[in-house]
Formats: sequence, C-alpha cells, structure tokens
Amino acid sequence: MWDTSLFIETLPVLIGAFLKITLVVTVLSSILSALLGLVWAIALRELPAWAAAPLRFVLDFIRMTPLPVHLLVIYYAFNNLSPMTVGVLVFGVHYSTYMAESYRAGIDSIRKGQWEAATALSLPASRTWRAVILPQAIRNTLPSLGNWAIAMFKDTPFLIFISVPEMVTEARQFGGQHFSYVEAMTVAGLLFLVASYPTAVLMRKLEKKLAY
Amino acid sequence: MAEFFSDLGTVLLRLLGDGLTATLAAFAGGAVLMVIVAVLLGVAEHQGPGWLQVIARVIVELFRGTSLVVQLFFIFYVIPTFTGFDLGSTWTAIVALGLNYGAYGAEVVRGSLNAVPAGQWETTTALSMPWLTKMRRVIWPQAWALMLPGFNNLMVMLVKGTAVVGLVLLADLTFEAEQLRRQVGTWPAFIGAMLIYYVIALVVSTIMRIMERRAQRRLGLGDFEIAQARKQADEALAGAATPLDTGTGPADLVPAPRRPGGGDA
Amino acid sequence: MPTDQTPGSIPGHENNGGVPRIQFEDVVKRFGSTTVLDNLNFNVGRGERVTLIGPSGSGKTTILRLLMTLEHLTDGYIWVDGDPLTHARQDGKRVELKSKQVAQVRKRIGMVFQQFNLFPNMTVVDNVIEAPIHVLGQSKEQARENALDLLDKVGLSHRVDAHPSQLSGGQQQRVAIARAMAMDPEILLLDEVTSALDPELVGDVLAVLKDVAANTDITMLIVTHEMQFAQDVSDRVMMFDSGHIIEEGHPDKIFSEPDHDRTRKFLQAVL
Repeated sequence: MWDTSLFIETLPVLIGAFLKITLVVTVLSSILSALLGLVWAIALRELPAWAAAPLRFVLDFIRMTPLPVHLLVIYYAFNNLSPMTVGVLVFGVHYSTYMAESYRAGIDSIRKGQWEAATALSLPASRTWRAVILPQAIRNTLPSLGNWAIAMFKDTPFLIFISVPEMVTEARQFGGQHFSYVEAMTVAGLLFLVASYPTAVLMRKLEKKLAY
Repeated sequence: MAEFFSDLGTVLLRLLGDGLTATLAAFAGGAVLMVIVAVLLGVAEHQGPGWLQVIARVIVELFRGTSLVVQLFFIFYVIPTFTGFDLGSTWTAIVALGLNYGAYGAEVVRGSLNAVPAGQWETTTALSMPWLTKMRRVIWPQAWALMLPGFNNLMVMLVKGTAVVGLVLLADLTFEAEQLRRQVGTWPAFIGAMLIYYVIALVVSTIMRIMERRAQRRLGLGDFEIAQARKQADEALAGAATPLDTGTGPADLVPAPRRPGGGDA
Repeated sequence: MPTDQTPGSIPGHENNGGVPRIQFEDVVKRFGSTTVLDNLNFNVGRGERVTLIGPSGSGKTTILRLLMTLEHLTDGYIWVDGDPLTHARQDGKRVELKSKQVAQVRKRIGMVFQQFNLFPNMTVVDNVIEAPIHVLGQSKEQARENALDLLDKVGLSHRVDAHPSQLSGGQQQRVAIARAMAMDPEILLLDEVTSALDPELVGDVLAVLKDVAANTDITMLIVTHEMQFAQDVSDRVMMFDSGHIIEEGHPDKIFSEPDHDRTRKFLQAVL
C-alpha cells in the first residue's frame, strides 16, 4: 500500500527534477510571457485598427486552444530545438496572451486624468508611457502576473507531451519502475502545494500593499 | 499551399470522426461534475457550519494548489491499487477534470453568494424562511446570474483542459492529431485540431453568454449590470489565474463568526 | 439675447498688434447627438483674467478642455496669439493640423484640474520637473532649481520629496499649480480647481492663485464656483447657458446688477 522507504527514495529524484526543470521553465517562461504580454497590450492599444484586429484574433486563437497542442506542433515542426527550449517558448507565448489581458486591465484602470495631465503638459507619447502610464500599470498588474506565473507553474507537467523529464514525468516513471505510484505522486503533489500555496498567499498580500 | 488546405480538410474529417467523441465526452462529463462539485463546495464554504467550511476550504485549496496532471495520475494509477476499482480512461478523465475545475468553480460560487446583497439575506431571516426555501427561492436565483460569467471562463478553460486526457490513454482530438501527423504532416494535423477546439470553445462560450443574459434579464438586471458582471468576471480572470479569487487566505481556514447573511461576507 | 459676437478686448489688455491671446471662432462641439457649443465666438486679451460661470452642462468646462486639446473640435477654429491650435484655414478649407504642430502651440497653455492629477509614482519635485526637462529641454539642474523656487512660492518646500499620496488635497493642488507654472505658460486654465477640496483647504489654494494673478501677467481662464475669488481676480465674467454667452462684463457689474434674468437666477442660487 504505502512504502515509506519508496517515499524517501523518490524525494531527491523529484526535487531534482523540480529544481532543474520545473522551476527553470517556470521562471524563464514567466519572464518571456511578462515581456511579450506587455508588447501585445501596448500594440493592441496603439496600432491602427486594421493591424490590431488580426493581432487580436491570433492572440485569442492561441488563448482559446490547448497548450499541449501548441507544445506538440512546435516540437514537431522545429525538431532542431531542444524540448526544454520548445517548452519555454510555447509556455511563454501561450501565457503572454493571458498576461496581455492583465496588462490591458491594468492600463485601463489608470484614471483618465493621468493621460489628461500628460496632455496638458504636452508630454510626448513615449515619455507619457515611460514615465507616467507604465510604472502605474505594471504596479497594478504585478499581482495578476504573479497569479498567472503560478498557474503556469501548475501546467508545467504538460511538458510530458514533448518528453521533457520534468517532475511529474519522473514521478510516473518512478512509479512504473517500482510498481507503486502513490509515493511518487504524493511527493509531486506536495511539492506543488508547498510551492504554489504560499506564493498565492504572498500575491494577495502584495496586491493589497501595491494599491496606491 | 493548396496541398495544405486539402491536408487540413482530411485532418478535420478524420478528427471529427475519431477524436471528437472522446473530447466531447470528457468535456461534457467534466462540465457536469465541475458544476456539481463547485456548488457543493461553494455552498459548504459559504453556508456550512464551521467544521464543514474548514473541510471544504481544505479540499478547494488542495485541488487548486496541485496540478491537474498530478490529480489525473493519482486517480488513474493510485486509486485502483488502493480500492481495486478501475474507473477506466473516460471516467478517470471526467473525475479529474470535474474535481480540479470544480475547486476553482467553488470560488466562483462562493464569490457570487457573497455578492448577493445583504438585504436579501436579512429579509429571508425576517420572514423566518427555512434554509432550503431561502436558498431555492431567493438567494440562488440571484447568485446564479452573478456566477455565470465566471463559469463561462471556466468552461472555456475546461475545453482546453480536456487535452490532457491522452495521458490516461483516452483517444481525444490531441491524441488523434498526433497520430495523423505521420500521414499529413505536422501543421495540417495540429492546426486542424486547434480549429476544432476553437470552435468548441466559441460554441460553449456563446451558449454560456445566452444563459447569462437570460438569467440576468429575468432578474431585471439592466444592460449596465450585465456588463458589470461580465466585466468583473473578465477582470477576475485577468487578475487572478486562480479565477475569482475573492481575496481570502489561510486566515479563512478559521471561519469568521456567523452573521445574518451567513458565511464569511 | 445671447451676445455671441464679442470683441472681448478690455482696455488695459491691449492685444499684440490687435491679435487676441485666445480666439474662439465659430466653435461647435457635439458629443454624440448633444450639441454643447454651437457657433461660439469670443476673444480673450493678453493678461486678461476671465471667469466662466453658469450651470453645469452649459459648456464652460468644455471650452477649457477644447483649448487644452483634451476634446476635439467638431467645427470651427481656436487661435492662440493668432496661431491655429488644432485646425487651420488652407485655401479656404478647414484643415486639421498634425500633432507635432498642435504640440508647439499647446505648450503655451497650462491647466490645473479639479482632481489634481499628480503622477503618483513620482515625488512632488519630480512631478514639477518632468515636463520642463522632456518638453522644454531644460537641464535637470535648471529644472530642479526652478521647481524648488516654485514649490517654495506655493508653500511646499518642506514636502518636495514626498509622494502625492502623502499630501492633503490642498497640498496636492498647490503642487499641481507649481507643475503647470513650471512650463512658463502664457495661458493658465483653471477647471474648478477647488471643487474637490475640503472647505478648510480651499483658502490656501485660492491664495496661491491670487498670488499668481497679482505677480504675473499670465492670461487666465477660470471655471469656478468660488464667486468671491472670481470677483477678486477677474477682469471679466462670462455667464454661460446651453453653450451660449448670456451675458458678460466686469465682475462688479455682473455680480451686483446683472442685466439678464438667467444670470440673476443663477447668482441667487450660488451666492
């Protein structure tokens, strides 16, 4: 039923995969999607309608189709890229579409008066964005970006689809080798819980602190 | 170019035959279970006696805090060895999807119950309505209209979530697309799959929108309120990957003292 | 009867060779199906202080916002020192100017808002030096020196490194005034600048504005409910209703013996 020695044996394997793959992919992809998301948000706002509409459609299409399919198509189409690279890129682009929505909400929530004050001072658009709007928008958006990063973290097992040896893949393999899955799966579940729950709590606290 | 489209056509026809059934079965079963789980847990969190609120909260955080794939494998690999009872691929998928998304749904339900104005709760107390009557006749119809936008978002996420069922050997769209890849090539196979997923998501979302509008009109909510509820659900989705996070934390594992409205308003 | 054809030049404010500081020519502004300003014509002379009064919805704030290019002209022209602000006449046709051209003229105009609109992510002094550095091209040292001087004049030299959220409404508004003045504008627009303040804080802000009026020859267009302030500072008062100038004249006359019934009724309600 439950074999404590297996539980202990699986710990270093899974923690290793957690640190080397899961965390690395999460961090790199989060940075990529946070940057891309901002690009999309500004582009959708500032581009003329004829350019923004197709961009909006592409982003919506990506956002409304499953991540595993994206992983598979990029993995097979560009088989000179390592699976990890494919993973980081695909996660990055996929979650950038969510984060673009978060940025949009963050930018929209800035009071119109800020834009008007910038106009009244004749600040050029680039300066208005850099000095006034973006600092406030990013501050508004940060907790939401954090929540999306946590969601991405919980989706990293999708990397199974493209044979990346991340934590849950290793857990399943370990379970198969030792004819008992419960220990490995419990460790995997616990690692997720221990990593994501306090972080989520921190995000809520951060949200309250960041409100002007 | 023309070859791409003819390949795409082949893909679509094959997928619509093979993979679609499994995907739709997982989605439909998962959706039904999600709503049931969400309502049970959400009402328990909001209305239950203290100990029930704690249990519900723990279950919700457990399923929200661990990954869908872990839960899937747990049900697929672990439960059979412990209970000797094998659910089979389809039911494993349905149970995992229903429990996972149901936990997120519980927060939607709880948030909506919270959003029903306190005056409504207080009136039912003043009229000495028993709990079931109160919920059925007064509170739930109002909360329902408020929770539909949140469920809309979750339904779309569920459509995408079904793509994991291949991991428990269910031959869904993604699985079949990967098989087809060898015949027709990578891009036609997977773009075909994505198109079908996209259409399903659109259809589901449209049906949900219609339900939203009907429920809200029946309550006499005007266009403004409808737009507000939708906006709040979208904001919540944009603002929290844990959808409709109503700002509660571990402190709420210890339930707040009961108020006339019930729950932790 | 509305008096729309008004030369608007008061003795003592001779224009620059006859060119008014501000000229509204046949200005029309529509919001959707609502016409707020309908063929409005008026002038403001150099250094003149004009207060716009009237019920809400009468178009007074719209006039300020059009001048600050926060709203688009539906029709007509606005001239600043004889230069077109947003639209010009070319070969008898009405032509919209490019944003760079608009920015050149707009630089001469400053505005203080009812909601202050300070940038919350910057300190007080950074708020004031932002535009002088990036629009006027001043060096950081020069801008800072001017800013500190202005902040001293508005009585806030002890809070220069604070953030707006740490200041009271009255203090924030005084910073806003300093920020507008740092651009050395020829025209200052004041849009109900004390309406959002607690009554105790209003006096300090009005004192600063009276100071500005007394010690500079800046042209001021003021929308306010503070009638005493209007009387103290203005050379001319214009009464608006439904987008038309009902009556105008020296504040002493308008406030004590208005000609028109609507003016009288309005003043009775607010005074």
